[in-house]
Amino acid sequence: MSDTIKDATLEYAVRLGDDANVLGHRISEWVSRGPFLEEDIAYANVALDYIGRARMFYGYAAELANDGRTEDDFAYMRDDRQYQNLLLMELPREDFAYSQVRQLFIDIYYGLMLPELVKSKDDTLAAIAAKAIKETRYHLRRSRDWVLRLGDGTEESHRRTQRAVDSLWGYTHEMFEMDDTEQRLADSGIGVDITKLRDEWHRQVSAILAEATLNLPEDGWAVRGGRIGYHTENLGHLLTEMQFVHRSYPGCQW
Amino acid sequence: MPEEQYHRLQQRDTSEVKELWDLLDEVKDPEIPALSIWDLGILRDIERQGEHIIVTITPTYSGCPAMDTITEDVKAALNAKGYESIEVKMQLSPAWSSEWMSLEGRRKLRNYGVAPPEDAADSEDGLTPDAHTLCPHCGSRDTRLISEFGSTACKALFQCQACKETFDYFKKI
Ligand SMILES: [Zn+2]
Repeated sequence: MSDTIKDATLEYAVRLGDDANVLGHRISEWVSRGPFLEEDIAYANVALDYIGRARMFYGYAAELANDGRTEDDFAYMRDDRQYQNLLLMELPREDFAYSQVRQLFIDIYYGLMLPELVKSKDDTLAAIAAKAIKETRYHLRRSRDWVLRLGDGTEESHRRTQRAVDSLWGYTHEMFEMDDTEQRLADSGIGVDITKLRDEWHRQVSAILAEATLNLPEDGWAVRGGRIGYHTENLGHLLTEMQFVHRSYPGCQW
Repeated sequence: MPEEQYHRLQQRDTSEVKELWDLLDEVKDPEIPALSIWDLGILRDIERQGEHIIVTITPTYSGCPAMDTITEDVKAALNAKGYESIEVKMQLSPAWSSEWMSLEGRRKLRNYGVAPPEDAADSEDGLTPDAHTLCPHCGSRDTRLISEFGSTACKALFQCQACKETFDYFKKI
């Protein structure tokens, strides 16, 4: 592996790890706050899948960096400006409809992205993707069911779900943008050319929203910046909670 | 017998360190203590290089919190029999499949009160069906899915209409 490609792959692994870590932490906030016990447990399971993915991506990043850093250094010792997750992942929990709509957007995204990453010439990225695909099929079935149920439910659930779709829409565009690093990796058959998946994502999302009697928003506005470390206020608060113990008690074990 | 299981048995039977496979039968899954890591298909390989033992395991799910405990338990089981130099490797590919679970494991699972993957009715998308999974308590098929995700990511929760008990179902993956 050339140094340029190796550096790019390291950065890519960190980005994918950041996406999984931040989302996993965010949805773990539903534990003890779910609408009923089974949903509470379901969210804990989905959160664990994402935190597990984050560990695998960070572990690989540490292996590529080969400078003594471990997966924990990537998760706990970087500040918000160094995190490169998509903004969609860090947005607050809000209400149940909001979290499920976000989950649907993300599950459909991974449902398309992971089968491409499986074809990567990088064996480790391909192996992580192969593992995650199976889990995402279960995640998607759940978020889809909930969006249908809430969208085509009561007047209040419909109103809240539509509000969630409208307020999240502007954050979905960033999922399909690539910078030079990602373009280079896509050209070398290591990364996914994410721009090519946008139309299919749009088609699947539109179909589910229509079935759920929800309106597809106009593409009026877009927020971006996560991949270059420009985050919303929410990420700092999330990291404060996530990193507190590790930073206050360095090297602590139990 | 499914092909995957046949290959696993072959691998174990022809291994040069058969006694180590037998020894590691005592390492159980911390979430389902009725099953060994062999039964579940988490144990992938055992090699000996001189005095050095390399054990390869694979996680069921990405976030399986049991992997660290299993690693420790494997080392402890081998240490107890005098093996000092042990390495436990985590292998991601090929991704774990519920097909790898041994026949004996499936029986133990049912006796433990968890329905194994093949006790579910077929579903269109290959995921967990909404109903008709065989109840491990009373054998009725009059059951329904309560939650897609059970006490751990590898299980879903069902309720039996006949005996009214709830039970875990080990998902196909
Ligand atoms: Zn029953």
